[in-house]
Amino acid sequence: MIEIKKLSKQADNKFILRGIDLRVNKGETVAVLGPNGAGKSTLLKVLATLIKPTAGHVLMNGLDLRKNHIEIKKVIGYLPHSSLLYDHYSPLENLVFFGNIYGVNNVEQRAVNLVKEVGLSFFLNEPVKNFSRGMIQRIAIARAIIHEPEVLLLDEPHTGLDQGAISILNNVILSMKEKGTTTLMVTHDFKQAAEICDRIIIVKNGKIVDDFRIETRNQGFVSEKYELQVEGVS
Amino acid sequence: MNLFRTALFLAKKDLYSELKTKQILTTQIIFAGLVIVVFSFAFDPANNTTKAVIPGVIWVIIVFAGILGLNRSFISEQRNDTMQGLLVAPMESASIYLGKFLANFTMMLIVELVSIPFLFLLFDFKFLGSLPYFILVVFLGSFGFIAIGTFLAALAANSKSSEMLLPLLLFPITTPILIGVVQATRIILTNMEKLASAIAWIQLVTAYDVIFFVVCFLLIDYVLEV
Amino acid sequence: MSMNLERGKAVLSGAQLTDTKKPNLSKILFGAAVITMLVSLYFIFIFAAEEKTMGAAQKIFYFHVSSAWLAFMAFFVTFVFSILFLIKRKRIFDTYAYVSAEIGVVFTIIVLTTGPIWAKSAWNTWWVWEPRLITTLILFFIYIAYIMIRQMDGVWDKKARLASVFGIIGFADVPIVFFAIRWWQTKFHPIVFGEGPSQKGGGIEDTMLVALLVTITAFTILYSYLLHKGVSFEKMKIMVERYKEKLREDLEN
Ligand SMILES: Nc1ncnc2c1ncn2[C@@H]1O[C@H](COP(=O)(O)OP(=O)(O)OP(=O)(O)O)[C@@H](O)[C@H]1O
Ligand SMILES: [Mg+2]
Repeated sequence: MIEIKKLSKQADNKFILRGIDLRVNKGETVAVLGPNGAGKSTLLKVLATLIKPTAGHVLMNGLDLRKNHIEIKKVIGYLPHSSLLYDHYSPLENLVFFGNIYGVNNVEQRAVNLVKEVGLSFFLNEPVKNFSRGMIQRIAIARAIIHEPEVLLLDEPHTGLDQGAISILNNVILSMKEKGTTTLMVTHDFKQAAEICDRIIIVKNGKIVDDFRIETRNQGFVSEKYELQVEGVS
Repeated sequence: MNLFRTALFLAKKDLYSELKTKQILTTQIIFAGLVIVVFSFAFDPANNTTKAVIPGVIWVIIVFAGILGLNRSFISEQRNDTMQGLLVAPMESASIYLGKFLANFTMMLIVELVSIPFLFLLFDFKFLGSLPYFILVVFLGSFGFIAIGTFLAALAANSKSSEMLLPLLLFPITTPILIGVVQATRIILTNMEKLASAIAWIQLVTAYDVIFFVVCFLLIDYVLEV
Repeated sequence: MSMNLERGKAVLSGAQLTDTKKPNLSKILFGAAVITMLVSLYFIFIFAAEEKTMGAAQKIFYFHVSSAWLAFMAFFVTFVFSILFLIKRKRIFDTYAYVSAEIGVVFTIIVLTTGPIWAKSAWNTWWVWEPRLITTLILFFIYIAYIMIRQMDGVWDKKARLASVFGIIGFADVPIVFFAIRWWQTKFHPIVFGEGPSQKGGGIEDTMLVALLVTITAFTILYSYLLHKGVSFEKMKIMVERYKEKLREDLEN
């Protein structure tokens, strides 16, 4: 599904990513862990076609990211740190606008359903600028999956969510996984990583330093590995 | 035609949000009104020779009110990084440009529709020339100005002080349009005998519009690339 | 810290060493520029006939025209390298475009200062709204804006990309600006080469033409020298930045 070869990114003379090689199969849910400034968000941005890599290739569905970017953008759902929502628009208007741009059929119905799914149907027509951080995050998640993407790129999706919203989000990810969606999720939350992911990648200093599968939902195992890689060395 | 479809969605989004907040249009129109008032102080409206500056004043209003709108058009996408939302969506950069252009152009036309009659009224200007030609000139001039202005606004939005950068980029590049439309407007408003010369100016402005609209379309990929 | 500095210096001299591969070109260009300049001075002041009405003040004409020529050439080079950069994305193209634009701006300033001197002695006013002079003024503004884009903050490739786009737009604008202004105001300038509606000066004498061509050649060589020098200076700066970053990284790990 996703194939990354010798990917590197340089900002001026500083290397942010230094030679990332990664293969993610269809339907996998991968957690990306790593300390602050490791380059996790940058990796996601490259995959979302927001940053041009300095060197290396990215293939998605067998299509080259550089050449077929329109085709690839259609299948990607991207949730970055910021919400990507228009402040004075209501959740419905936001979702309908983005749905239209993605060419979603029957977009109003889908938007209403999604808002209901993230538990905010009460606020369907309120402008987003009056929302709390967690509420905005819920709508942002709905925005990212409005076009039923095959690849989900989530950058710290759990920040600001309450317990209810976390389980909603996890259910969304798991139900999309059942439909065959591939998910790459950057997170600092080991509990969630262990709970919903079946593979963990640890990024440090722009390189992948560890890559392993977890079958048992064991949080201790993940933090052990993480400490070994991140804190143990430095 | 996916390009136009998404462009229309974008333009609709911008205009609809303008309809909700009414921020930019109100500012533009009030600003235009203020410019007119300042000009009435500078040039006595009762004096007959003042009529000669009217064509220039019209374009001063359009240019300065226009630049207010252009400044906002890409800066407004920086809140919550909505620009990223547009960039990860499956559309060409040309769509974004076209959508923004349509929204800016519509707003510009509204501002002109309000402020030019107001100007004529305040300066007690009797319209003797040809109205269709006048509308044509205003339309073509605004088209070119907004086309290149939207493009340069996208370029300037990368800078922290884009509000200051945009006029510096835009004014020298648009000098041919400004010369052309002011000359054409002057002839049409005051001296219809020289219509042939006005038409020549209109042709120059049209040529500029076409050339730069195409060039902007070709180059916008490089501006919006990330 | 002091150790850092010393290492920086060592690195720097290394950079110069790698650069000494081609000191010859720089020296040759410098020599050629000096010699042709001297020759052109001879041609201007001794060889060329003196203009009857204006006298010695007319000599400034050679510098005025040659500077204008150099500026236009410099901006054309910026235009070409901007296109090359957008296609190839090599930093060296961007460096050439940038240095050339800077040289161009310096020489437009010379044009804009010699212009009024010429105008004063020819038409007895300091500034004339004359097509070529206004076009040069607009050019000056366009390329000041170009340099301002370079001063933006951000990574170099973003700045280079945006500046290249503006370099292309700006140069494409020049003929239209000239055409529009010429149409608007055709009153003053004697059109020296070719026919023109406002022919006034009545052509140019042979000796003057020779002197002008010699001066233009000299300025072209001067331009090559400045471009070469400026580019190697920029390269050095880039190199220093790179070594700084390397040092910082080494210290971090
Ligand atoms: N536009 C940029 N220009 C220069 N450096 C940048 C830029 N964007 C990111 N960086 C650098 O790249 C490195 C990685 O940034 P990134 O945002 O990918 O980190 P991260 O792993 O997501 O960290 P966090 O856990 O804090 O989100 C940082 O050192 C940052 O300073
Ligand atoms: Mg991050």
